[in-house]
Amino acid sequence: MKKHTLAVIVENKPGVLTRVATLFRRRGYNIDSLTVGTTENPSISRMTIVVQGDDSVIEQVTKQLYKLVDVIKIIDVTNEKAVDRELVLIKVKADNTVRAEIVQIVDIFRARIVDIGRSSLIIEATGDSTKIDAIEASLSPFGIMELVRTGKVSMVRGTK
Amino acid sequence: MKLKGAEILLECLKEEGVDTIFGYPGGQILPVYDALYSSDIRHILVRHEQGAAHAADGYARATGKVGVCVSTSGPGATNLVTGIATAYMDSIPMVCFTGQVGTAFIGKDAFQEADITGITLPITKHNYLIERTEDVAAIVKEAFYVARTNRPGPVVVDLPKDVMERVIEYEPVQADVNTRGYRVMRGFNAGQVISAVELIKNAKRPVIYAGGGVIASNAAPELKQLAERRKIPVTTTLMGMGSFPSLHYLSLGMLGMHGTRYANYAMGESDLIIAAGVRFDDRVTAKIDGFAPKAKIIHIDIDAAEIGKNVNINVPIVGDVKEVLQSINQRLEAAEAVGEWLATIDRWKDEFPMVFPESAEGRIMPQDVVERIYQHTQGEAIITTEVGQNQMWAAQFYKFKHPRSFISSGGLGTMGYGFPAAIGAQIACPDKKVIDIAGDGSIQMNIQELGTAVQYKLPVVICILNNQYLGMVRQWQALFYEKRYSFVDISHQPDFVKLAEAYGAIGIRVTKAEEIDEALSRALAVTDRPVIIDFLVEREADVFPMVPPGGTLGNMLGGD
Repeated sequence: MKKHTLAVIVENKPGVLTRVATLFRRRGYNIDSLTVGTTENPSISRMTIVVQGDDSVIEQVTKQLYKLVDVIKIIDVTNEKAVDRELVLIKVKADNTVRAEIVQIVDIFRARIVDIGRSSLIIEATGDSTKIDAIEASLSPFGIMELVRTGKVSMVRGTK
Repeated sequence: MKLKGAEILLECLKEEGVDTIFGYPGGQILPVYDALYSSDIRHILVRHEQGAAHAADGYARATGKVGVCVSTSGPGATNLVTGIATAYMDSIPMVCFTGQVGTAFIGKDAFQEADITGITLPITKHNYLIERTEDVAAIVKEAFYVARTNRPGPVVVDLPKDVMERVIEYEPVQADVNTRGYRVMRGFNAGQVISAVELIKNAKRPVIYAGGGVIASNAAPELKQLAERRKIPVTTTLMGMGSFPSLHYLSLGMLGMHGTRYANYAMGESDLIIAAGVRFDDRVTAKIDGFAPKAKIIHIDIDAAEIGKNVNINVPIVGDVKEVLQSINQRLEAAEAVGEWLATIDRWKDEFPMVFPESAEGRIMPQDVVERIYQHTQGEAIITTEVGQNQMWAAQFYKFKHPRSFISSGGLGTMGYGFPAAIGAQIACPDKKVIDIAGDGSIQMNIQELGTAVQYKLPVVICILNNQYLGMVRQWQALFYEKRYSFVDISHQPDFVKLAEAYGAIGIRVTKAEEIDEALSRALAVTDRPVIIDFLVEREADVFPMVPPGGTLGNMLGGD
């Protein structure tokens, strides 16, 4: 099944997230990730929802979302030329014997070390989902103690 | 003008043209009830909040106006929930006002606090919690607008006590509702209409499949015009009963699980289905793979999300059914039916008429009662139903003439709906005869509303088809669970005649077929109080014909 990324423009009102999340649960659609934040207009929030499903499922999701009074606009950015970004924080085991090696990986991915502990490092990386997957895979042999991903945000390129 | 929040609320109701509301008071809704005390809005005091929701729903279905109900917070609000879900499934315009604890107490688990906006989120078209008295007017206006426009539905407005008590300077809101995310559907795609017209012109075996949307958009005249102009047979869903006259020569009656054989056969053989205001519910399509295998489908609906939800559509037309049918009719000249299609249908009608067997026990047959109710009222009554066998027999054997004359919980299938809905319909239409065709199980679910009907002198006639079973469940147990009658025998029941009399209503018991007509004549002559007629019917009468679960429309059990 294909992954679709939907940018959902909504009223910045209490309960809107619940309305959207409830709709996905009730109709049986699976959310891969959901991020939400305000936009340049403080009365409007933007959700980026990654959802799995074939085209007919995505069509239903879109139509059902449009029926919510608080949903203003939906853009399927899956097939658009868009910038996709995700941020990850990874706490990885790092004693003296492996630190240099980890620093090298961090450099390759243009990630950053944001905290140094006695035997661990916290690494911050941003990028599209495949890059985040790759850095996660590269660090996992050292032992990942904790990991958190923000989920994807997207923006269509150009003036569109 | 300085007004309390509650007074502003009532002002707004008047602006919306609301003259009647159904409700039940309580602690947190006290400010609203205090304002009602000196208001000319008519308030109908029910005996249980569920009754208020169903009565508002019945009022809305009988009139097409927005039904309004009121309850207090907590249990009052949760008691509305079944009624709200019922209205949501059948797309009925309703606004429900619920009391709420003061804004300072919300989230503190205060006495009689319930998160009713959270609870009703998946069963409302939209809902609101009013946090400031200044917002009352705009939110109430928006609530009515959302409830009645596009595909109608119930809206909940939660009213914290302090918001209703506070006094502010009030000016009526003049501006139109302007919501960024909610736009009223206007117009439709004319190109799609032309495609539909071409299909209709070339169809050899067309069928119109009409549903509740035809009634919601008041499109019965346009539907009849289309059918007559092109001689297209019409089948209706349960929600569409009354949108096309049952006795019309082009009528196929109801389709689906308990539809007529000829309607279901017609769907199976049709080469073009014109689906108007329907949602391809599983009770209609039966097994989806076997649904209308030879047909192209035109689907007209106001809700774009219904297009292609269950069935693939050849020509979708998103728009108001009435406007779209008008446009189609304008582009079609009158024409005779093509080939043998109507003759084939007439042959099916002759071969598989809607009949019922005689009683094995010399008892009254429930279908006979429904037929006699028709004979006494000639299709001019408003029929409400409970849910189960009574509902199906009413749909199968009453002959409908008018839209809004059949009021039944189609989607949710709510037992206990019919009687309070009849109260709402009778309040809305004081000059009509309103009859609730009930079962002995369902009627006991909201029997307390006898108090309401007696208080307001409503001559609703409740016809209990009393088989002392939860009949539809018993039927399924008989057919699919080897007659293991698990907890369906409800022969331990009150004396319904005495029960009616205890409330100040009239009770009549009918045990023989010869007594049916006299009882109906007597009941229908009453003008100032409700009547219960307790028809003791054949205990194991079944609803036939029937598409067994998992089967296709063409393979029906019984009734042949």
